[in-house]
Amino acid sequence: MNAFKSLSIAGAKGFLRDKAAVFFILLFPLMFLVIFGLLFRDAGTDKIKLAVVGDGPVVRALSQAGVVETQRFDSADAAVATVRAGDLPGAVIENGTNVQLRFAASDQNQSGIVNGLVSSVVDKANVAATGQQPRFTFQPSQVEDDSLNAIQYLTPGILSWAVASAGVFGAAMTFVQWRRKQVLRRLWLAPVSPATVLMSRIGVTLGIAISQAVLFVGIACLPLFGLRLAGTWWLSIPVFLFGMLAFFAIGLLIGSFAKTEEAANGAAQIVVLPMAFLSGTFFPIDRSPGWLQTVSQIFPLRHMNDGMQDFLVRGKGIEALVVPSAILIGFTLVVGFVATRVFRWDS
Amino acid sequence: MTGNGGGGDAIVVSAIRKTYGELTAVDGVSFTVAEGEFFGILGPNGAGKTTTLEIVEGLRRPDAGSVTLLGENPWPRKVKLVPRIGVQLQASAFFEKLTAREQLQTFASLYGKGTKNIDEMLDVVGLAEKANTREDKLSGGQRQRLSIACALVHDPDIVFLDEPTAALDPQARRNLWDVLREIRSRGKTIVYTTHYLDEAEALCDRVAIMDHGTILAMDTPAALVRGLDAPAHIMLDHGVLPVDDVRGFTGVDEVKDDGTTLTITTRKPAPVLSALAERGTLDGLQVRTATLEDVFLDLTGREYRA
Ligand SMILES: Nc1ncnc2c1ncn2[C@@H]1O[C@H](COP(=O)(O)OP(=O)(O)OP(=O)(O)O)[C@@H](O)[C@H]1O
Ligand SMILES: [Mg+2]
Repeated sequence: MNAFKSLSIAGAKGFLRDKAAVFFILLFPLMFLVIFGLLFRDAGTDKIKLAVVGDGPVVRALSQAGVVETQRFDSADAAVATVRAGDLPGAVIENGTNVQLRFAASDQNQSGIVNGLVSSVVDKANVAATGQQPRFTFQPSQVEDDSLNAIQYLTPGILSWAVASAGVFGAAMTFVQWRRKQVLRRLWLAPVSPATVLMSRIGVTLGIAISQAVLFVGIACLPLFGLRLAGTWWLSIPVFLFGMLAFFAIGLLIGSFAKTEEAANGAAQIVVLPMAFLSGTFFPIDRSPGWLQTVSQIFPLRHMNDGMQDFLVRGKGIEALVVPSAILIGFTLVVGFVATRVFRWDS
Repeated sequence: MTGNGGGGDAIVVSAIRKTYGELTAVDGVSFTVAEGEFFGILGPNGAGKTTTLEIVEGLRRPDAGSVTLLGENPWPRKVKLVPRIGVQLQASAFFEKLTAREQLQTFASLYGKGTKNIDEMLDVVGLAEKANTREDKLSGGQRQRLSIACALVHDPDIVFLDEPTAALDPQARRNLWDVLREIRSRGKTIVYTTHYLDEAEALCDRVAIMDHGTILAMDTPAALVRGLDAPAHIMLDHGVLPVDDVRGFTGVDEVKDDGTTLTITTRKPAPVLSALAERGTLDGLQVRTATLEDVFLDLTGREYRA
């Protein structure tokens, strides 16, 4: 067995036998994915509910429109009572050609929507009743890919974040521990090159990253969560690898100057936490203020996140690979270079 | 198999010096170790033993002076040289959470060695039963022994051991002596540090006594003791003879009675012993001649406490 292989195996065994590390690197992010995935599973289907009384073209049209959920009542009084109690925003009472809408004005937003909705349905019914073709056609459609619901958004984000933490913490802790426990000095006295030692650690980090990807994407694809991968998902592989390398480089840098495990842990937290919140791991970055979006551009996680999303779920083409890859590679080279400059074998 | 002619010098150290800020840890140390020699470095805590060893191994660069290890300067690191030396660092260096056997396998593979003699190695250091125990679950002495096995696993020509017998129980210590003697009988060179003077006396061909970064004396243990010209001590039970009687014997330098033991210090033990024999007081008598401990005490001016 050669040195690279045996060092990688030693590192992998060390990781797998460290229950706390396995928990924080594999299970903890998975918990986020599962919890958020379940919490926001129905986020897109939060429909307006209306009470309906009677049966006619308007009530039927409302039920079939798909935008509202109707709840049938036998008497107008009962329906109005529910609206008054604040349980439903409005009640539609259809009686022959008379359509009444009783709504709760207390919620202005809802009452506006309900009013507009019902009046448009009534208008359509009126046009249909004339037997003429409507002159104007109205075609609404949303700009977002309609499949980008919570799980589509969360999976690339949480995967990128998990790979980032594993890379930064794993590399930083290993090198500090190895220095403190004299493993680095012992390796220095063995006929193994620093490059081999470094590559074996990258090998371990890669193995962990792949397990994270398989685990998270696999679970997100379960019917319960319903992740659907885009056709160009495989283009995310380079982004994934470059991202992993960028975070390994950060970990190496921290591991190079930190003297104790505590210091390394603190420094890794300081790097990873803000990055996770400002790179769109947990909430979409395009909903935050413009300046914040600009600031987030300095984080490699933002670019890994964007790249992963573009290919895993948005199905972008190969041209979208250029920007995130270039930034992540550049980042790796610069940080990696600084790290090898300040790296110490000895304390 | 040493490559630089049999019987030559394995290590030549001349006038090395190392300072840490204000502190001079090693202050002009010179010595040579012949191939196949068992060389010991003795000294109290902070004497500079570890620093000296690390400079010779090529782990540290001396501020001044030179080191030749198997004909080469070990600094900067020579990849050709490192497989020929085996090092046990003062603090054990292990891969996290690997078992004793896995540690040895990993180290062996770093040197491109197979894993055939791993079990034999474990046996040699008496860890066969602990082969599948993780590094963090070993006792201090067991870690120490594993660390020694890791230094020997690639069959090096020169072995550096930094306090290998620290933390070992008496039995394990004796077993390790056998291991070290066996290694030496295979023609390997051993350089080691210890706090146990009896051990150094029993094992080493030559010892260097160090304090404050300098070598105070260096020779075979026997020559060091002889050179000391130290008195012998004869010890009797308290009350066997009156102190004043003993003072009158020929050859007695000093007499002390602490209430349990009467100690006679003498440079001519023969007449003192015959005087004691005449009085029939040889029962329970003990004679202690000078040891390395006395040499140490004499040189460093302090009582030795291991
Ligand atoms: N990395 C370092 N930085 C600063 N001072 C050091 C360093 N290493 C050793 N020293 C100092 O150098 C001196 C010699 O240390 P060294 O470790 O060589 O002693 P030693 O003889 O091996 O002692 P011990 O028997 O306790 O192992 C000590 O006073 C120690 O404090
Ligand atoms: Mg020491």
